[in-house]
Amino acid sequence: MKYTVQIVGVGGQGVLMASMVLGNAAMDMGFKVAMSEVHGMAQRGGSVLSTLRFGDDVISPLEAAGSADLIMGFEPAETCRNLPLGNKDSVILMNLDPVLPSMVAAGFEEYPSIESLKDAVLAVNSNLYTIDATSIAIEAGKAVAANAVMIGAVAAMKGFPISKDVLLKSLIEQVPEKFRDLNVKAFEMGYSSMSS
Amino acid sequence: MPNLLAEGGRQLLLGNEAITRGLIEAGTGFASTYPGTPSSEVGNILEKISADAGMYFEFSTNEKVAMEVSAAAASSGVRSFVFMKHVGLNVAADPMMTLAYSGIRGGMLIMSADDPSCHSSQNEQDNRYYSTLALLPMMEPSTPQEAKDMVKEAYRVSEELTLPLIFRTTTRVNHARGVVELGQRTEPKRTGHFDKDVARFVNIPAYAKQNRVRLLDLYKKAQELSEASSLNFVEGSGDVGIITSGVSYTYVREFVKGASILKLGFTNPLPEKKIAEFVKGKKAIIIVEELEPFLEDQVLRICAQNRLDVPVYGKRSGHLPRAWEFSPDTLSGIKGLVEVQDFSQPLPKVTVPLPSRPPTLCAGCPHRGMFAAAKKAAGTQDVIFCSDIGCYTLGVQPPFQAADFIICMGGGAGAAGGFAESTEQKAIAFMGDSTFFHAGIPPMVNALFNNHKVVIVVLDNRTTAMTGHQPNPGTGRDFGGVSTDAIDIKSLVEGVGVKFVEEINPYDVKAATKVMKDALEFDGLAVIISKCPCPLELKKQKQLVIRTVDVDQEKCVKCYNCVRTIACPALFKKDGQISTDPNQCIGCGMCVNVCPTKALGVRE
Repeated sequence: MKYTVQIVGVGGQGVLMASMVLGNAAMDMGFKVAMSEVHGMAQRGGSVLSTLRFGDDVISPLEAAGSADLIMGFEPAETCRNLPLGNKDSVILMNLDPVLPSMVAAGFEEYPSIESLKDAVLAVNSNLYTIDATSIAIEAGKAVAANAVMIGAVAAMKGFPISKDVLLKSLIEQVPEKFRDLNVKAFEMGYSSMSS
Repeated sequence: MPNLLAEGGRQLLLGNEAITRGLIEAGTGFASTYPGTPSSEVGNILEKISADAGMYFEFSTNEKVAMEVSAAAASSGVRSFVFMKHVGLNVAADPMMTLAYSGIRGGMLIMSADDPSCHSSQNEQDNRYYSTLALLPMMEPSTPQEAKDMVKEAYRVSEELTLPLIFRTTTRVNHARGVVELGQRTEPKRTGHFDKDVARFVNIPAYAKQNRVRLLDLYKKAQELSEASSLNFVEGSGDVGIITSGVSYTYVREFVKGASILKLGFTNPLPEKKIAEFVKGKKAIIIVEELEPFLEDQVLRICAQNRLDVPVYGKRSGHLPRAWEFSPDTLSGIKGLVEVQDFSQPLPKVTVPLPSRPPTLCAGCPHRGMFAAAKKAAGTQDVIFCSDIGCYTLGVQPPFQAADFIICMGGGAGAAGGFAESTEQKAIAFMGDSTFFHAGIPPMVNALFNNHKVVIVVLDNRTTAMTGHQPNPGTGRDFGGVSTDAIDIKSLVEGVGVKFVEEINPYDVKAATKVMKDALEFDGLAVIISKCPCPLELKKQKQLVIRTVDVDQEKCVKCYNCVRTIACPALFKKDGQISTDPNQCIGCGMCVNVCPTKALGVRE
């Protein structure tokens, strides 16, 4: 067994944190784990990509284009930008709440409609799951918990090789104690929004 | 956070964390660096744990000094570790080249973190050539686990040879993460004694000539160690042979079938006999390595010397690229030569136009104010904006476009002097506070000495921001049991005799604009210190007082001066109306300062 998750989003959204939670959970399951992260300059509000691979025999920290089993999209435009990481059978989880790039915010560029982004994915891949992760996180208490919502949603996905309990345990271990309740709540809300 | 001082167990570690753990297991007593991605995390971790690990650690003022302090420690019998990004080794190359002649006593590792694909660098130079240039042994790990284990072996080899060893990594090793099995910690030897030996440590011509011969002898011995090293091993079988090192090995290992692999970890000097033996009888040899044909050219030479007529494929044959980092996909280039796993067909790019999302200066970043002021003051004058290495590199983007020339640390100020003398254009040089201490003082002195009429702006945000907020001489030091005072940039600049020195707060864009106008008119070197702490650093220190900016829509005349000049990510323009994002806005007031009708206002 080999499984690749490509986590894409924007610097500051907690992409690295989510990859740590999934990676530690995979290690706890006894899998080999190989990950690759983007640090440094790209984190200043730029696009962020984190690759997580686990299984019986993985060593490469990068995955070939098209070979993602799951694309975890923290942001709709970034999900679309990174579609070539997946193939027609990949599962795509897309947070529908956008983060506007500064040139859009300042009125120099347009952000496409969320519907058009959803349609762009559906035109080439029928395994799309959408979630309003940021809105759910705000409901849970704070927007920064959107990554916990996303992890909860992944836990609810059919065929994901790591169980909910292991993911939740890993999340609890990774987040600072004072944010534990918020994250657990956000995780559960993400989980139930996917299962319903 | 990982616990790198743990007694044992398994952890999911970043390559840089694994390397740091390797130092603790090897008993490293001394470490130094100048921060640079992809090596920076090692310094950030050592800042926190070096004292508990019994190790001395410092952020040196630049890589050259970092090399020198670590060289002294190793010459005194203390195991030392100096680390930097690839371009940093250019700065440190001067001491390194002659240190090879002197050699060391305690083991010394020089980590060069190269950055294929320039993820956060200005070039993708292949520093493996420094090992052949300096005649120093070199090792290259492939994974976090191997990196940790290799540190210990590297120290053993360094001590056996009495030479510093280049520990060469790349972004996909430093920033890879994997499961690492921890070993035993070794109590470090923190201090030693420097036993004088003039013939070794004083390279005047008479001694240097002899030490050159000594080095060549040691290089021969290094060759033998490489031949015998278990870091160079053969895996798998097949009549096609692949020779590889570093992260490229992981791609070959996982995605190529039916080949014999010679995995090299000790890559200078190369194990020539082992390579010749490996090549013998093979149908073909493929070299899989990133960047330059470093292994490939040497393998071709080894084949020629051993009269081995086996085709060697790689970059010279056009099968693999020389530019940019590899990934599993890159192996498609050798599909006709060996069996490579088939990859799924990637989904096509979407046709919906997506907005660009380059890295950008943060909300409330004081650099925005200084750039806005400089642009306003320059007006229609023909000004060359010389910039430097740091967050302010991002000033290249609209609306600032305040970077016309960037080459290296401190390079902007040096170039500004050259432009001032060789063109009729005005030159303004931007550099950060850490860059000022790193390599900015000599070009400033040069401008004063040679009377270059330039403006140097020190963007003093009280930290080394881009690489993750390390302290620098301008902030003083307070970690690892050592406290020092901040060095005041203004006093330093005045002290060397600069006549025009002004310190301004860039949040006051109007005042900054006036000072910049005066500086541009000044007949001589003008230095402006744009002093304001990085909000991210303040946030980390829990000292950021967050206010917000409100927009009075009735007063707003929709001139859009705020978005056009400051372009803060917290400012929004929707349906012609300006608003602020309370989640991003810190209430710094830069936009308020440029609003002509006071429609914007800071609220406590």
